[in-house]
Amino acid sequence: MSLLEVRDLKVTYGSGAAAVPAVRGVDLTLEPGTKLGVAGESGCGKSTLALALLRLLPASARIEGEILLDGEDVLAMSWGRLRAVRWAGASIVFQGAMHSLNAVHRIGDQIAEPLLVHGRATPAAARKRVGELLEHVGLPAARAAAYPHELSGGQRQRVMIAMALACDPRLIVADEPTTALDVMIQAQILRLIERLVAEQSISLLMISHDLAVLADTCDRLAVMYAGRVVEEGPARAVYEAAEHPYGRALSSAFPRIGDLASRRAPRGLPGDPPDPADLPGGCTFHPRCPVAVDACAEQDQELREAGAGRRAACVHVGSTS
Amino acid sequence: MSGETRGEHVMSTEAPARPLLSARGLHVTFPGRRGAPPARAVDGVDLDIGAGEIVALVGESGCGKTTLARSLLGLVRPTAGAVSFDGRPLAYSSGALRAYRKRAQLVLQDPSGSLNPRHTVYDAVAEGLRIHGYAGDERTAVAEALSRAGLRPPERFFLRYPHELSGGQRQRVVIAGALVLEPELIVADEPVASLDASVRGEILALLLRLRDELGLSALVVTHDLGLAWNIADRVAVMYLGRVVETGPVESVLTNPQHPYTRALLSVLPESEGAPVVLTGEPPDPSRIPSGCRFHARCQLLASGEATTIADRCRGEDLPVLGGAGESVACHWVTRG
Amino acid sequence: MTSLAWERRKGSVARFWTSYRTRRAGLYGLAGLVLIALLALTAPWTVGSDVQSVTEAPGTALEPPSAAFPLGTDQFGRSLLGLLIWGARISLLVGLLAATLSVAIGTLVGIIAGHYGGWFSTVVMRITDWFLVMPTLVLAIVLATVMSRSMWTVVLAIGVTSWPTTARLVRAQTIAVESRPYIERATALGGGHRHVMLRHVLPNVMPLVLAQTTLGISTAILTEATLAFLGLGDPTVVSWGGMLQDAREAGAVSSGHWWYLAPPGIAIALVALAFTLCGRAVESVLNPKLGVGR
Repeated sequence: MSLLEVRDLKVTYGSGAAAVPAVRGVDLTLEPGTKLGVAGESGCGKSTLALALLRLLPASARIEGEILLDGEDVLAMSWGRLRAVRWAGASIVFQGAMHSLNAVHRIGDQIAEPLLVHGRATPAAARKRVGELLEHVGLPAARAAAYPHELSGGQRQRVMIAMALACDPRLIVADEPTTALDVMIQAQILRLIERLVAEQSISLLMISHDLAVLADTCDRLAVMYAGRVVEEGPARAVYEAAEHPYGRALSSAFPRIGDLASRRAPRGLPGDPPDPADLPGGCTFHPRCPVAVDACAEQDQELREAGAGRRAACVHVGSTS
Repeated sequence: MSGETRGEHVMSTEAPARPLLSARGLHVTFPGRRGAPPARAVDGVDLDIGAGEIVALVGESGCGKTTLARSLLGLVRPTAGAVSFDGRPLAYSSGALRAYRKRAQLVLQDPSGSLNPRHTVYDAVAEGLRIHGYAGDERTAVAEALSRAGLRPPERFFLRYPHELSGGQRQRVVIAGALVLEPELIVADEPVASLDASVRGEILALLLRLRDELGLSALVVTHDLGLAWNIADRVAVMYLGRVVETGPVESVLTNPQHPYTRALLSVLPESEGAPVVLTGEPPDPSRIPSGCRFHARCQLLASGEATTIADRCRGEDLPVLGGAGESVACHWVTRG
Repeated sequence: MTSLAWERRKGSVARFWTSYRTRRAGLYGLAGLVLIALLALTAPWTVGSDVQSVTEAPGTALEPPSAAFPLGTDQFGRSLLGLLIWGARISLLVGLLAATLSVAIGTLVGIIAGHYGGWFSTVVMRITDWFLVMPTLVLAIVLATVMSRSMWTVVLAIGVTSWPTTARLVRAQTIAVESRPYIERATALGGGHRHVMLRHVLPNVMPLVLAQTTLGISTAILTEATLAFLGLGDPTVVSWGGMLQDAREAGAVSSGHWWYLAPPGIAIALVALAFTLCGRAVESVLNPKLGVGR
């Protein structure tokens, strides 16, 4: 059985005429012990998706569809069950480590909090566990006494990861875990995540705007545009030869050094990411698409098979022309 | 790898006789807070930017690249050393600086922050003209700058406020505001770091096109080596207040010499070979190690490969690299 | 570009009004203010300046309310309703002028101290602190006592004693604005101190200043009333505070002439309340954190 299965997930903010669809029908599956990357730009709904997985969205958001974690629907759970799942089933690592840590508490206390609240450990045992967790993420155990502002950005992100690991989750959702970190620190954090996932056979759902990072870390990749998955498949294949023109644009946005085709030729897409409140008709990507045909302006494109284990939502996929 | 190939490159990419902007022995030191030793943010840098040349200044946060860029624009007064523009040393009187700022412009990382939320696009672009008492037709100049920056038709954007624009459009407004004064040099600090991936290429293409059409020189400060590969002619890699390797983009990025440059390139997601992940955080500019400033994190020393010259790495200071051409500040590479 | 600028200004006024309209308390305050301002402005035609005249008073002394004199008369036989309306002119004028003066001084000091910083800022802020801990009323009384007795003295006394709060607020806001990247952009474009202060800092502290002015008016009206009540106002003109003092001198408190005492007091309270309601509404609409352009 899949660890995580998302079926036709729709998230809408607001209601009536002011309703803004953030996620418009997403299907995803994540097998135990695998890593799935979700790529996309600001406003494509990827962060909403991450929050929806743990039901962390504000009350104003309307959620439809199913999110099955170990076969159990997260959206239908009682609050008590949901809390248990948030501690032990799945945890989330956010992008802004500074804002997600409480500035007035020592980091050790913050890591120990879930252990103590649920009576899963005595204070002494919790302290010991905190030390282990910190060493596990590459920080000295003595750092437990530090306050968040005494740590650098990379160290804070390590603390966030230690917090996510505190209750031995089976799934970690990482929302832009390395954005705003320097390349070298980013590499350190990515190595750390990879190591932990491999050692403890945790599943990982990682969200980022950087396709190259995801392709390097994950097994499978899903590319989101305007609230939908437009391409899905094995990470390397999607990164190196995307079927959807948007996937291609994202993968060429960050050039491979040494590739003479991208030397003095930065590539991007004309126009801006669409406003979720005012999506273009037909295929939502058609106004920016370099290979759009007349049909794209009218026909919405569904995901379709595009080779072994791959799907893409483009009129050019699978057609004979 | 060898010295000969490098030498040929120097011949073929000979810098023009007189660089447009040139820094010599630049030092910027900030006084330490609460008894801490002073922070040597820029600690001896020579840098030349030729006319029509795009130079990328690459490094991690805290390496002093932003301070260097600001001191080149006269926004930070160097503690020692000199900046000269078009052959004349920069004067720091307010009149002289004002005249200089008509010719050298700044583009900041965060386009949302660098536009006053209470000013319309028109006001933001016209600001430079008003400061310098532009005599011509302001409206025409603003419209031209906006369309140069890719906002067409310009009239449609005049009355918009920054919050009504997308990130990419805001950055175009900032660039238009710089272009309107017809500068010779643009210093761009992480111009695409806060933009969406698909928009990034368009803004970089714009910078490249401005160079081709207007002969604009540019210094692009970034942590992103891919950006340097995309648009720059020359790259300078900065570490802890010094340039540690400089040269044409093709040779530095495809055949890096300095262990730091090599490590930076090796951790890029798509790079081949084993990544060299340096441990620890970038060190503190208020406590710069003696000898080679990189020795504490150097993978060559750590692996034992450079043990034979370890004493020199720890004790012997390296010279400041020349502003143009191709060179590297590493005892191991230059051990002869 | 004048038409463009005008169009833009029109747009921002319309946005301001749309947002203000949703604030019920602010609307009540505004309605009250409009009413009082209309009464004060039309006073020369409705009651006429003779209402102040002691010699040609129409009624007898201390008449209770009647059809001819809805609020009764004072000890000279003057119509109290007429005096109340006429007094609104002085109270409002003094309040407006004093608040404007105080906020103008505060804004100037605040922006300059915030912009230049360093020892200059420290010195200015210590002076501000000194004014801040001085009881405003005592200082105003001293000023009003040593200077000649006129409306302008009262305006000046209130204005120069109540600016420190504004100065502190404006300085803090200036420092916040100056840390924004667009200030660095303006400097890099060649803008000098004047340019940064006038073009960038001032528009960004304006909402704060505006809200501060509206709130300041009610304080100024109260201070004016207090000074007049203490006999430090201009004795030749009628103001609400002056009326209260006359009432006290006439023994209205002990003899139960409530119609003499209550109306000016209520009028002061209502005007102060109306200005406070408006000020709060303006403040919430223009809250610098939300941004006026939004």
